Amino acid sequence: MTRTHRVLGNGYLALVFLFLYVPTASVIVYSFNESQLVTVWTGFSARWYAALTTDPELISAAWTSLEIALATAFSSVVVGTWAGFVLARFRKFRGQTLFTAMINAPLVIPEVIQGISLLLLFVALQQAIGWPARGLFTIWIGHTMLCVSYVAITVQSRLASMDESLHEAAQVLGATPLRVFFDITLPLISQALISGWLLSFTISLDDVLMTAFLSGPDSTLLPMVVFSRVRLGLNPEINALGTLFIVAVTVGVVVNNHLMLKRQRRRDQEMALALRSAP
Amino acid sequence: MSSVAASRVGSWLPSGRTLVIAAPFAFLLVFFMVPFAAVLKISFADPQMSVPPYTPIAELKDGYLHFTLTLAHYRAVLTDALYVGSYLYSIEVAALTTLICLLVGYPACYLIARSDPSRRNLLIMAVMLPFWTSYLIRVYAWIGLLKNQGLINHFLLWTRLIDQPLKLYHNNCGLLIGMVYNYLPYLMLPLYAHLVKMDVTLLEAARNLGAKPWQAFFTITLPLSRRAIIASSLLVFIPAVGEYVIPEILGGSNSLMIGRVMWDDFFVNTDWPSASAATAAMVVLLLLPMAWFQRLQRRETAPR
Repeated sequence: MTRTHRVLGNGYLALVFLFLYVPTASVIVYSFNESQLVTVWTGFSARWYAALTTDPELISAAWTSLEIALATAFSSVVVGTWAGFVLARFRKFRGQTLFTAMINAPLVIPEVIQGISLLLLFVALQQAIGWPARGLFTIWIGHTMLCVSYVAITVQSRLASMDESLHEAAQVLGATPLRVFFDITLPLISQALISGWLLSFTISLDDVLMTAFLSGPDSTLLPMVVFSRVRLGLNPEINALGTLFIVAVTVGVVVNNHLMLKRQRRRDQEMALALRSAP
Repeated sequence: MSSVAASRVGSWLPSGRTLVIAAPFAFLLVFFMVPFAAVLKISFADPQMSVPPYTPIAELKDGYLHFTLTLAHYRAVLTDALYVGSYLYSIEVAALTTLICLLVGYPACYLIARSDPSRRNLLIMAVMLPFWTSYLIRVYAWIGLLKNQGLINHFLLWTRLIDQPLKLYHNNCGLLIGMVYNYLPYLMLPLYAHLVKMDVTLLEAARNLGAKPWQAFFTITLPLSRRAIIASSLLVFIPAVGEYVIPEILGGSNSLMIGRVMWDDFFVNTDWPSASAATAAMVVLLLLPMAWFQRLQRRETAPR
C-alpha cells in the first residue's frame, strides 16, 4: 500500500468513527449543560444529575428495570447455554432443522412480530387457564426470548472452536457427562457466558417494544419512561441518564475485554510452557 | 430377570440425550412457534369492546360448535392503501438502509481487516462498543444533532455553507441517518469476521501475477466475501422492515412504516385482529429472506 492510500484509508476510518461516536459524545457533553434548552450552551452544571435523584417516576422504574434485567440475564444465559450446547454437540436429531431455525430467526425477526405474538399467546393462556396476567413475569419471558439466541450463538461458536480432547480425556477417566459439563465445559466457555450475560442485561434494560406489549398496568419500566419523554423531544435529564448508561456500559465492556485478553495471553503462555517441557 | 425388566423400563423412559435436547427445544417451541398460532387465530376474529378485545372464533351454542371466521382483515391488509403503502415504504426504507450500510461499512471493514493485528482488535472493539450502549439513548442523541438549533446546523451556519438551518429530522433524512447509524454495527461485525479470516496469499498471488489492486479486489476479495455480504445485509434488512422506535423518534409524521401502523392498531385503535393480520402478512413477506439467512447461518453453525 502506498502512502497516499494509507492516508486516504485512515481518513475514511476516522470519518466512520466520527459518525459512530459524535452522537454519544454530544449526549455526554450536553448532559453538563446548565440550560434547560439542551443544545444552547450556557455553562457547566451537574444540576440534571441532581434532578435525576429527585425524580420518583424515573427511580422506581429504574429499580424495576434492574430487577428484570438481572432476571433476564440469568435466564437467558441458562437457556441460551443449554441451546448452544445442543447446537454444537449433538449431530443429527429429529427436528434439528426446526431447532436451528428457532435459534436463528429471533436474531433477525422484527421485534414487533415477536412482541405481538407473545402478547397474544399470554392473553389466550390467561383466558384458558387464568394465568399469566400481563406484568413483570410476561416481560421477563419476552426479554429472555430476545436474548436467548445471542447467548446460544456465542456459546455454540465458542464450543465449536474448542478442542474436544479434554472432554474425551475426562470421559475416559470415568467422569459422568454431567460432571464433564460442569467441570470442563462450563469453565472453558465462561468468557462466552459473561459476554452473553452482559449483552442480555443491556438488551433488557433498554427494550421498548417487547416491554410495551407485555407490560400490565402496574409495571412501568425505565425504557418506557425514557421513550415517552424522548418522543416529546430533547430533555436534559435524559442526557444525564444516558451519560450514566454510556459510562457504565463502556466500563463493563472494556473491563470484560481486558480480562478476556489477559486470560488468553496466560493460556497461550501455559500452552507454550507445556509444549516446551514435553519430551 | 431384573436386568431385563430394567432395560424394558429404560426403553420406555426417554434417554438422557433426548431429555437434554428436549428442554431448550420445548422452551423455544412454546415461546417462539406457538405464539404464531395465536396470531393466526386472532387474525380471523373481529374486534369488539371487551376483554380481550376480539370476538371468539369458535363458540359452543345449543350443543353445536359454531365457527365465525372473517377474512376482512386480510383483505384490508392486501388492498387498503394505508397498509399497502406502509409495507412498500418499509421495504424501501429497509433496502436503502441496507445499501447505505453496505457502502459505508464494507470499505471500513476491509480497511480494519487489512490493518496490523494489534490495531485491528482495538478498532473492531470501537465499532462494537456503540452496539452495546443503550439503543434508545443512541437514537435520542441524533435529535440534538439534527434539529434546527442542533450541532450540525450550528456548524453549517458557522462555516457559512448555508444561511438557513436545514430541516434534517422529522423527515426521511433523519429517519435514514438514524437507521444507518443503528444498523451499521450489525452489518460490520459479521462482515469483518469474514474478511479478517480471508486467505491473503490469494491476493499476493494475484499481485505477483500482475493484477492491479482494484483488479485483485474485484476478482478475488469481493467474490470471496459474497456470502458474508448477503448474510450481513439480511441481518440489517429483515429487522429494519419492522423498525418502530427510530421512525417514531426521527421520522416524519407522514412517513408510516408498517411497525408504526401495527403499533397504532394495537394501542390506539385497539384493533387486535387487524394488527394480527398485518403481523401474519409481515411474517409471510419476510419468510423468504429469513429462510435465506437461515441457510447461510446453518453453514456456520453446523456441528463439525
